[in-house]
Amino acid sequence: MPILEIKNISKAYGSHRVFDGLTLDVEEHQVVCLIGASGCGKSTLLRCINGLEPIGSGEILIHSDRVSGPGVDVNALRRDVGIVFQSYNLFPHMTVMENITLAPRKVLNQPAREAEVQARHLLERIGLGQKANVYPDSLSGGQQQRVAIVRALAMGPMIMLLDEITSALDPELVSEVLNIVRDLAADGMTMVLATHEMGFAREVATKVCFLAEGKVYEEGPPEQIFSEPQGERTQAFLKRIVAAGRL
Amino acid sequence: MTMAHEINKERPSGLFPERRAFTSGAAPRDVTGWATTAVITALVIVFAFWATLRRLYGVSLTLGVSDYVLMPAAVILSIAVLAILIPAARSVSRARAARQCVSSGDLVNARILTSAASDCAYYTFGFAALLVAVIGFAQFLVANDLAVSRTFLLIPLMWHSFPLVFKAFWLNVYIFVVAEILVLVWGLIVAIARLMPGETARPIRAMATLYTDIFRGMPAIITMYLVGFGLPLSGVPLLGNLSAETYAIIALTLTFGAYVAEVYKAGIESIHWSQVAAARSLGLSYLQTMRHIIVPQAVRRIIPPLLNDFIGLQKDTALVNVIGAIDAFNQAKIISSNNFNLSAVTVVAFIFIAITIPQARLVDRMLEKDQRRLRGG
Repeated sequence: MPILEIKNISKAYGSHRVFDGLTLDVEEHQVVCLIGASGCGKSTLLRCINGLEPIGSGEILIHSDRVSGPGVDVNALRRDVGIVFQSYNLFPHMTVMENITLAPRKVLNQPAREAEVQARHLLERIGLGQKANVYPDSLSGGQQQRVAIVRALAMGPMIMLLDEITSALDPELVSEVLNIVRDLAADGMTMVLATHEMGFAREVATKVCFLAEGKVYEEGPPEQIFSEPQGERTQAFLKRIVAAGRL
Repeated sequence: MTMAHEINKERPSGLFPERRAFTSGAAPRDVTGWATTAVITALVIVFAFWATLRRLYGVSLTLGVSDYVLMPAAVILSIAVLAILIPAARSVSRARAARQCVSSGDLVNARILTSAASDCAYYTFGFAALLVAVIGFAQFLVANDLAVSRTFLLIPLMWHSFPLVFKAFWLNVYIFVVAEILVLVWGLIVAIARLMPGETARPIRAMATLYTDIFRGMPAIITMYLVGFGLPLSGVPLLGNLSAETYAIIALTLTFGAYVAEVYKAGIESIHWSQVAAARSLGLSYLQTMRHIIVPQAVRRIIPPLLNDFIGLQKDTALVNVIGAIDAFNQAKIISSNNFNLSAVTVVAFIFIAITIPQARLVDRMLEKDQRRLRGG
């Protein structure tokens, strides 16, 4: 029984069809990596799951409960589904601590003390315990992205969506962020990642989905997709990745 | 071996000229002409200044100002104006030194001296422009046998009207302080109404847009007139029987609420949409996102334009005179018509300038700081 079901969704921006009958199931504790060319809809798919963007037709279910379309309590949906963005999007006018505790206090009505204890615990866990009271602009990109992950985790989500979270980072900062994702995967967090880090996808994913033509063009375990891709477009895509020295 | 860098004589790219001369090695242009012009300008200014000073001196004596004060002041000023000759003289000497360097082949020092010479010349011209303005203003004051000074700056009348005018100015202060507080709240409400998302909020948005269009388009003096005379005439309950200053506050709040709503709106829209995405994705509602994420960040950015609008509001408090409240301007007008002289109004002008200048400088400082921060990334 999948925790997340995306059933035959379609979406278009004007005449550009982003999704054309896309279907995807995510089981609990699965780590699903979305790969594909720029503009193939990886990020859009994550934003649709989270209700940040509407879908044209089809439906998205979580625990067999429809979470797309009119009448859905998107605020409730987003409590269960956390998302981390490529550009971190920390709140620049708040300290790290305030960034993390804002949503638990205002949305879950946690008492301030309780939220702070939890936030401090999470920060210690990712090695940023001393940074609780600084503002985001004094952190490196890698540190900001780790805080953004913790900010999403503080809401206790069931599913985490990670939208190219290392694409804006300097190369030497990528590993500190990926290590957290590894830990989350090991702890059994259900995750959907849009990523350009093919090596990482190969290592951490339980399922890799190649998006093309508005569909999941090909999916399978990472060894199969990366070593013996079946589809013509998957093969062409991976060939270009190899030529760019990224795999 | 392949000749990778051999130049193709056919020049297939055609993107740059065939033969390029190395032009930056030439001698600097001669700036003696500029330096000489600077000296002549400086001398003309000095003589004009002295002539003006002499006229002012004579006039002041007839006004009964003590010679013990005048003489030293005149001497100091006539010596001080000689300062303009310093950069002019420097310009000439540097230009000459530069010419010598060119003839001895020392091009590097020639360039340095040439640039210093032209800097000195430009500085002289700027200084001269400032002094021309000063001389012009002084001549204006003494023109027509002191008519200008007597009309606008009759010192005894200014002195005597100041306490009355200053007391009346408190009414202006009361009006703008209350109006500014109301405008801050009202403008934010209108801005948020204009930015309400979704199809369902269309009527609210339309209403807010109509309001800002009307009150930004209507001259403040007309709003003041219509509110101040119209509401009492109409005898509407609650609004029909208020004091003139209260009508002024209502009128100014309506007018400047529209301006400030635009400022808020621009500030809110300047916050990148990704901040909204981040907040909404954490489960915060639209209003929570506004309250905790967008408005706090927007407010920081809009303080400079907001202060600009407040300066405008403070000045426009003088419009209450159309509905008859005795503010500083009305008080000054009464004094002026009693004495057939405008010096009391000049006092009002000075008071307004005195309170707005510090604010204007503060705005400049904040904008500069903002610019630096933006440039700093």
